[in-house]
Amino acid sequence: MDASLILRVSAPLLLWVPMAVSAYLLVRGHNEPGGGFVGGLVASAGLVFYAISRGQGAALRAMRLPPASWCGIGLLLGLGSGLLAWIDPSAGYLTHRWWFPDIGFKLPIGTALVFDIGVYLTVIGTITAMVFALLGEEAA
Amino acid sequence: MSALHPFLLLIPLAAGLVAACVAARLDGRRGAVLGCGAAGLGFVCYLAMIAAVAGAEPPPAAAFWAVPSLGIAGGLRLDGLSLLFALLITGIGALVLLYAGRYLKADPRLNRLVVLLMVFMVAMLGAVTADDVVTLFVFWELTSIASFFLVAHDHEKPGARRAALQALLVTGGGGLALLAGLVLVAIAAGTTSISGIVAAREAVLAHPAAVPAMLLVILGCFTKSAQFPFHFWLPNAMAAPTPVSAYLHSATMVKLGVYLLARLNPVWQEDALWQGLLTWTGLLTAATGAVLALRETDLKRVLAYTTVTALGTLVLLIGLAPELSATAAVTFLLVHALYKAALFLIAGILDHETGSRDASALGGLRGAMPWTATAAVLAALSMAGLPPFVGFVAKEIVYEAKLAAGGAAGVVAAIGFAVNAAMVAVAGLLSLRIFFGARRPTPAVPHDPPKSMLAGPILLAGFGLLAGIAPGLVGHWMLDGAATAILGRPVEVPLKLWHGFTPVLALSAATIGLGLLILLGWERLMPRLRRVSTFDSHGPSRGYEHALAGLVAWAEGTTRAVQHGSLRGYMRVLLLVLAIAPLAVLLARGGLDRPAEGALDPRAFAFGVIVLGAIAAALARSTFAAVMALGLVGFGTALVFLMFGAPDVALTQFTVEVLLVVILATVLIRLPIRGTDTRTRGQRAGDAGVALLLGGSVAALLMAVLAAPFDPRLGAWFGETSVPAGHGRNVVNVILVDFRALDTLGEIAVLAIAAFAVIALLRGAARPLRPGN
Repeated sequence: MDASLILRVSAPLLLWVPMAVSAYLLVRGHNEPGGGFVGGLVASAGLVFYAISRGQGAALRAMRLPPASWCGIGLLLGLGSGLLAWIDPSAGYLTHRWWFPDIGFKLPIGTALVFDIGVYLTVIGTITAMVFALLGEEAA
Repeated sequence: MSALHPFLLLIPLAAGLVAACVAARLDGRRGAVLGCGAAGLGFVCYLAMIAAVAGAEPPPAAAFWAVPSLGIAGGLRLDGLSLLFALLITGIGALVLLYAGRYLKADPRLNRLVVLLMVFMVAMLGAVTADDVVTLFVFWELTSIASFFLVAHDHEKPGARRAALQALLVTGGGGLALLAGLVLVAIAAGTTSISGIVAAREAVLAHPAAVPAMLLVILGCFTKSAQFPFHFWLPNAMAAPTPVSAYLHSATMVKLGVYLLARLNPVWQEDALWQGLLTWTGLLTAATGAVLALRETDLKRVLAYTTVTALGTLVLLIGLAPELSATAAVTFLLVHALYKAALFLIAGILDHETGSRDASALGGLRGAMPWTATAAVLAALSMAGLPPFVGFVAKEIVYEAKLAAGGAAGVVAAIGFAVNAAMVAVAGLLSLRIFFGARRPTPAVPHDPPKSMLAGPILLAGFGLLAGIAPGLVGHWMLDGAATAILGRPVEVPLKLWHGFTPVLALSAATIGLGLLILLGWERLMPRLRRVSTFDSHGPSRGYEHALAGLVAWAEGTTRAVQHGSLRGYMRVLLLVLAIAPLAVLLARGGLDRPAEGALDPRAFAFGVIVLGAIAAALARSTFAAVMALGLVGFGTALVFLMFGAPDVALTQFTVEVLLVVILATVLIRLPIRGTDTRTRGQRAGDAGVALLLGGSVAALLMAVLAAPFDPRLGAWFGETSVPAGHGRNVVNVILVDFRALDTLGEIAVLAIAAFAVIALLRGAARPLRPGN
């Protein structure tokens, strides 16, 4: 498919802006609207735009790993984030742990974010896998 | 003497499993030797436990996988009945494995066979030592599965595949009934422990589902133990290699149904229906097996039908009320396992060394195969029930039990007499006719097989002789405990070889006389029985074939009707169901509800863009335009979410709509889908009807939801606990990643599975999706 010149030139923008937005959504999701699911959708939109404008091969190269691996890593992160819960024997699986290191202000760090990253990666992997499979192999 | 450590019970199972794993990596013959060693080790273990089990009260038990949350007691337990079975399973197992290593030495699949035999042995041991109906059932089914693979050993032959499937369907179907029955029994007893169930027999009998539970258990046991009308799968299973037939289909697996009936007999033994069903089905099965055995010439099929007869006799004996019948049952069980396994192995030797197993084509082999002939004669004498063999002891006590059976004793004993005479005839057929008399030419030059193949028949038949000479010892150490378990109360019946001149002895003598007469007339009788085609055309085997053919035809019919391949048709069905189901529920609840005054926010109607988008999508002539119009509807919906304070949902909705439009548009450009609508006017009208119905149904459902009083407690709880427990102010996100994280984990797993499915469907496994591809 021949993408228009405008589309081809603006492709990096269409990839990296959604990517940055998605990372922002992911990180702030615990307190403001956002989260891994929406973040993953936005990032996927960026990757899909990129695949449309520069071709699927370029998008796959930008992703470094095949979409199925993104799914797998995401699932492993989700599964693994619950394991730390067992530091406290009475807590159930996937009870998230939190730390508040004081670096001028109290920075909340929790395994919940790891879980959300897992959701984020799985969503990206799923949508890109489906779209790329639908688009077929033809490289632009 | 109860110093037995419960975990000793695990040793034979563990040894079997380890041997199976190791044997999988060895070549077949070494694997067979290893398996023989593991089975022998198990046998020695169980032998060492004889004294402890005979004296222990209660029997040793090991609870090793209890699941209290499911009410599963879990665990193994060894009493007299279990021990008798365990000794047979390991002892015969060791001999059969030794035999198989030689019998199938040229077979490239010997390795697989050995592993499966080991798995089967472990499953059998687990089933007969389980003290928990769940454990028992799992092992029970495992034996059916092992049997399936073992029968289908020669899987290139359609006959073997058919027989394997038949055995699996019959025993597996019965297994489902058994599962239902055991669940009912466990619910009634309040425990899954078998000893607990037996102890709670009053509760089981008083439960409203007592009779269905009993019938289901009986059905499961009858299919497994090839009782009429399910007997047909057993002869067909002879498609398996001979060692498998000897082990699974005569000595052990088919007795599992008998085992469970015996095990649960203490619960129902006074129930008239239990007694009646077992007695008459057992009798009918025994008679059927005897008649059908006399019309076969293939040695293995003859033996299979006599096994059916023996299984019928065992079920009959369990059903009989007198105390003596329990001892009779276990004695006959032991005797039958010994001589039948020996005879099967001999049939295999004949097949192997002469190239034929046609009873009418073999004769006078005594000179060429002296050792085989000796073993065959010993085993056959035990089968015929001649003194001083243990078969005689068994036959005497079986006759005694039948004569003491009360009302129906006459019928039971008379049919039993005829059946026993037929067994005498078959025993003569297998020994006298084949090994004595005129020598008949055989395809191969006959000679005795190597020692590893002779060991089994000689040892088994020899033990039959020894046990007959000292029946009291065997009875005391092995059989009394088993009979005690069947009756649920201590029993001690001293077994004797010689009872003096009693009516039973006269009956025995008459049996042998009639048997010899049948043997003499066999050459004339057999072809006549064969010509009676009713057995073939109206037997339950034909019923099975009809049922199977009907099932396949029905499946094909429904598949054609449901899986027609028209995407539009699928969508129509899905949407119609989606539309009708809520409407039906609403109407069943008493009509359509209307929300209270003020529950509907008029601002929701401000978004005319939704309505416009929907109309445009419906009227659009090009698919592309329809997609765009639908996107409009989606964005309008997102605006509604935003307005009513759900920014998270709105955000997601916006993103999904963007993705959807982009993906659909891209796909539409690339895929060969016609851009314009090709439906006729009528089709469009029909689709419009479906769409309107669905829309109306969803609207009615939403109205009903709004009409129901809203319970804010859950929302309030999440709102309050979100920050203290989840350290997040976005309640939606905290619910997703923390409160209900396990659900989310499940959802992303589903997402990933869907992605893999799409990759597999659209691209095929040959072209995985990866960079540079």
